[in-house]
Amino acid sequence: MGIFDVIGPVMVGPSSSHTAGAVRIGLFARRLLAVEPQRAEIGLHGSFAATGEGHGTPLALLAGLLGLSPDDERIPLSAELALERGLDYQFEDEDLGDVHPNSVRLRLRGEATTLEIHASSVGGGRIKVWNIDGFAVNLDGEYPTILLVYPDRPGAVAVVSAILANATINIATLKAHRTQRGGQALMAVQLDEVPPPGVIDSLRHLPHFEQVRFIPALGFGG
Amino acid sequence: MNAITPREGTLEAALLAAHERRVPLSDIFLDQEIQASGRLREDLCALMRTRIAVMRHSLQRGLASPQRSRSGLIDGGAHRLIEWSGDGHGLLGAAFTKLLASALAVAEVNACMGRVVAAPTAGSCGVMPAAIFTVAEERNVPEEALVRAFFTAGGIGMVIEKLASLSGAEGGCQAEVGSASAMAAGGIVEMLGGSPDQVCAAVSFSLANVMGLICDPVLGLVEEPCVRRNALGALNAVASAEMALAGIPSLFKADKVIETMGKVGRRLPEEFRETARGGLALLQPEADKS
Repeated sequence: MGIFDVIGPVMVGPSSSHTAGAVRIGLFARRLLAVEPQRAEIGLHGSFAATGEGHGTPLALLAGLLGLSPDDERIPLSAELALERGLDYQFEDEDLGDVHPNSVRLRLRGEATTLEIHASSVGGGRIKVWNIDGFAVNLDGEYPTILLVYPDRPGAVAVVSAILANATINIATLKAHRTQRGGQALMAVQLDEVPPPGVIDSLRHLPHFEQVRFIPALGFGG
Repeated sequence: MNAITPREGTLEAALLAAHERRVPLSDIFLDQEIQASGRLREDLCALMRTRIAVMRHSLQRGLASPQRSRSGLIDGGAHRLIEWSGDGHGLLGAAFTKLLASALAVAEVNACMGRVVAAPTAGSCGVMPAAIFTVAEERNVPEEALVRAFFTAGGIGMVIEKLASLSGAEGGCQAEVGSASAMAAGGIVEMLGGSPDQVCAAVSFSLANVMGLICDPVLGLVEEPCVRRNALGALNAVASAEMALAGIPSLFKADKVIETMGKVGRRLPEEFRETARGGLALLQPEADKS
């Protein structure tokens, strides 16, 4: 927390949790999808469903999916923008269970890829992404993040940490989650700095991993 | 002097440092930020100037054209106030009306999905620009002193975040509009040459004045009564700054008042903490009768 978190962020109103946080969830999902989203099915939970309309939460989520940052004055126009860019979307109310009241489920489709994420806007524009494609995660978008999907076998963590150590990139957090023993696993690595492009490429070339995704830190804009 | 070293991150610690170095509190807070961020002083000042520019822009937008929210609860209040006062109707002169209208303007722009600086929150974004800019204009304060005022304000906000809360969901409106008032009041006192002790007195007065103020947003939206509470906050900031500058002492240390605000906030029933389940939020808004 610094002075510019208190005198800031610069954002489009009205609510840091219902608007700015919603934009950041959309933006996180877009970056994870890594291609232009063509279809979005959005389930609004709790307070996002109850007071989201008046706070512009649906517009904010769309804005993020379209790549706008929380301080972009086109956020109120994001429905029109979605139409222009060929993003087909649908909103519904959804009960995600005993989770934060400001939560959302995004099901996205882009060219040759799909993604489902569950995330919450936890206050002050900060977010918590807690499920990606069925894997439990705990990501806030504040760090450059690498996500790897692989069959649960010994050695995956060692390989990743060796490559990062070689590039002298410090790991802020590293968490692996699996569906079951010997099943599919997802490793989420949050980094202290942006890795050089070679690092992601070398991870992609390894036989260990079926999928390697990189998401830059979201920042707050302004 | 007291032999006990004050806890880091408190106003007491900042005050002690300011006294020892004989500098204003903005220097202490700026140096802390340089240390924590590893960035240069001039970069931080430049960033603050861009924040100030965004505040000015939202203020001008809210005064220039009537802002209407999606819910219909906000319908150009700032614009109406300025139009009306133009004919000399203002009860306490133009500057007073300007103060109120500026707070409404920024808060209305926020409610209507315009761009603002959340300072400290989106819901209380009208307080600081209204109070600090209006006083700076009235007293012809140079830009550099204005930038410093925002560092003082930001430093105060960080202390409040540490010792209490800046969130309506945690502490009610006192934690948002109350904190914004305290930040603005402290900034104004330094901007007009008040001592660090007077800055802290202004912080104490501002929070004491709205101790216990609940957060009861109608329909759960940041509109009613939030927008007018921003005007109250701006008024509270200027009043507190003026009383502190006149030398009225605070009977309590600012840190203690901040901690008390935090305690009161935690004891507020959940109905009064942004849930829209208590207070004015239970009333049915009536149609505009103007």
